[in-house]
Amino acid sequence: MEILIASTVGVLTAGGVYLILRLRSFPVILGIALLSYAVNVFLFASGRLAIDQSPILAKYGEASYTDPLPQALVLTAIVISFGMTAVLVMIGLAAYLEAGHDRIDIVEGEDDAGDAQS
Amino acid sequence: MMHAIILPVVLPAMLAPLIGFVMRHDITLARTASVAGTVVSFAIAIGLAQLAAGGETHIYRLGDWPAPFGIVLVLDRLSALMVLLTSTLALIVLIHAIATGWDARGRHFHALFQFQLMGICGAFLTGDVFNLFVFFEVLLIASYGLMIHSGGRERMRAGLQYVVMNLAGSTLFLFALGTLYGATGTLNIADLAARIPEIPAEEAALVRVAAMLLMIVFAVKAALFPVQFWLPATYANAPAPVAALFAIMTKVGAYAILRVHTISFGPGIGSTEDLASTWLFPAAIVTIAVGAFGVIGARRLMSLIAFSVVGSMGTLLVAVAAFSPGATTAALYYMVHSTFAAACLFLIGDLVVTRRRGDTLSAVPATVENGLLAALFFAAAIGMAGMPPLSGFLGKLLVLDALRDPGLIGWAWTAILVGSLLTIVGFARAGSVLFWKSTEATLSADATEDAPAARATALELAPAMAGLAMLAGLAIFAGPVATYLEAASAQLYDRAGYMSAVLGPAEAEG
Repeated sequence: MEILIASTVGVLTAGGVYLILRLRSFPVILGIALLSYAVNVFLFASGRLAIDQSPILAKYGEASYTDPLPQALVLTAIVISFGMTAVLVMIGLAAYLEAGHDRIDIVEGEDDAGDAQS
Repeated sequence: MMHAIILPVVLPAMLAPLIGFVMRHDITLARTASVAGTVVSFAIAIGLAQLAAGGETHIYRLGDWPAPFGIVLVLDRLSALMVLLTSTLALIVLIHAIATGWDARGRHFHALFQFQLMGICGAFLTGDVFNLFVFFEVLLIASYGLMIHSGGRERMRAGLQYVVMNLAGSTLFLFALGTLYGATGTLNIADLAARIPEIPAEEAALVRVAAMLLMIVFAVKAALFPVQFWLPATYANAPAPVAALFAIMTKVGAYAILRVHTISFGPGIGSTEDLASTWLFPAAIVTIAVGAFGVIGARRLMSLIAFSVVGSMGTLLVAVAAFSPGATTAALYYMVHSTFAAACLFLIGDLVVTRRRGDTLSAVPATVENGLLAALFFAAAIGMAGMPPLSGFLGKLLVLDALRDPGLIGWAWTAILVGSLLTIVGFARAGSVLFWKSTEATLSADATEDAPAARATALELAPAMAGLAMLAGLAIFAGPVATYLEAASAQLYDRAGYMSAVLGPAEAEG
């Protein structure tokens, strides 16, 4: 279980970082989405892994339960990252339509060269 | 429990949707509501500052849940100061945006502006690290909208870079919070301060990782080397009033470092106390250098100002990195000063650029009111570079005075003094190219096209002058201001006081 969760977080993060470094808006958006999945799983695991436990203390003092707080945190994080991804897609689209290409690493002055190619 | 503490967050939060949905077709109505809301926020901030000046740490428990379980807002001298600074700056910037018509060049400026204020004030007031993340996201998502306000190719592209950078930063923030929660089981700043010392130093590796990750996240916001590279492109391409408002956003990062790395990971906690200062100090020194060389090398007026903001953040963080009450007093004074100085420069830069074709630093025919704008630019540049008589001089003097430690003095004094010299040279060169080396006005077709961008109205000049007046006021009333800031930093370093105010007296002792 621990191996599975840990390697999931690791693989998702690695994939996300790789895609972000592609510096084209579509891979970058996918990369950020992968990173946010990775962080969601990671946050979920930060309350320790527990299987088949209820998130509240049982009425008569049964001690084992799964921590409910990371679940609340992860819900907040999911909502925020979902909204942010939507904003990013819109801004990426607008930047693509304005500039005619989807590179996001262009520095000032290289602009005309980029236009000549496209 | 004072309900006034949450008003700086709730008021813009209620006003923004109202402006966005109800008043979106009527710019006059939206302007009226936005100005009224900002004036009321300003009044509330003054009230809160007076409340906090009493010296007590006021707590607002949301839903009246006790502290480590519910979210708390904390009002002490520092957070009251930051809220007051935010609302003063917001008022100045808003009037500039309305007077120059920036707010009508795209949609939803005022709604986004209010959401931005909500996020910034919330980040300053919160006493919970996860809530800090949420308010960061609120201010960021509003800033994305403001950054690309009125569109345009350069701006969209710079906006995309800014969004990607900050989304990566937000993800890192969540990783840091997950690590911190996994290691300590709490995310309340005061509760963290209580629990981290209980962890034995040899088992505190995870806490150190979390502290360092948080530092990187805040450094992204504060534009600290090596994660400062997003700032010049963003600020130089943002609409000028938005860039002026963003002057407070870098301070959110500096504030978060001050708050979290003082109270939760700060002096007196064996496992994490040396982390922040060890890494922050050299990074801040390099930041000063990056800012100074950027000012020298900039080819556009707005990039020049943006790099001077990077330099000022370096100076600020050098003082923060000392993590002592005296240096923090100096840092706070410089923080207030540099916020107004940067905002002033952006506003004056906007007035200059709209009267020229483009903002490249090259000689063009002299524009109308060349003299007046030159005088304003000169004054604001003096403020930013740190020359007398404005508050920049006193701010840098205080910072230098605070960094007398033999281990620091060599690097810190050299960096700040040489950095200031380079900034002065950069601004002097830019100013002389802009205002003195103007070519002869030729009566070509262009000259007639320039006619609409004529004399600046009194309302257009008022915000920039108000900003300069704040710098002058900060210099004249340096004594009372420094006394307040000294009390603020003493309160910041009183960790036991903070903990007992948030958690209740019994918890803090244990």
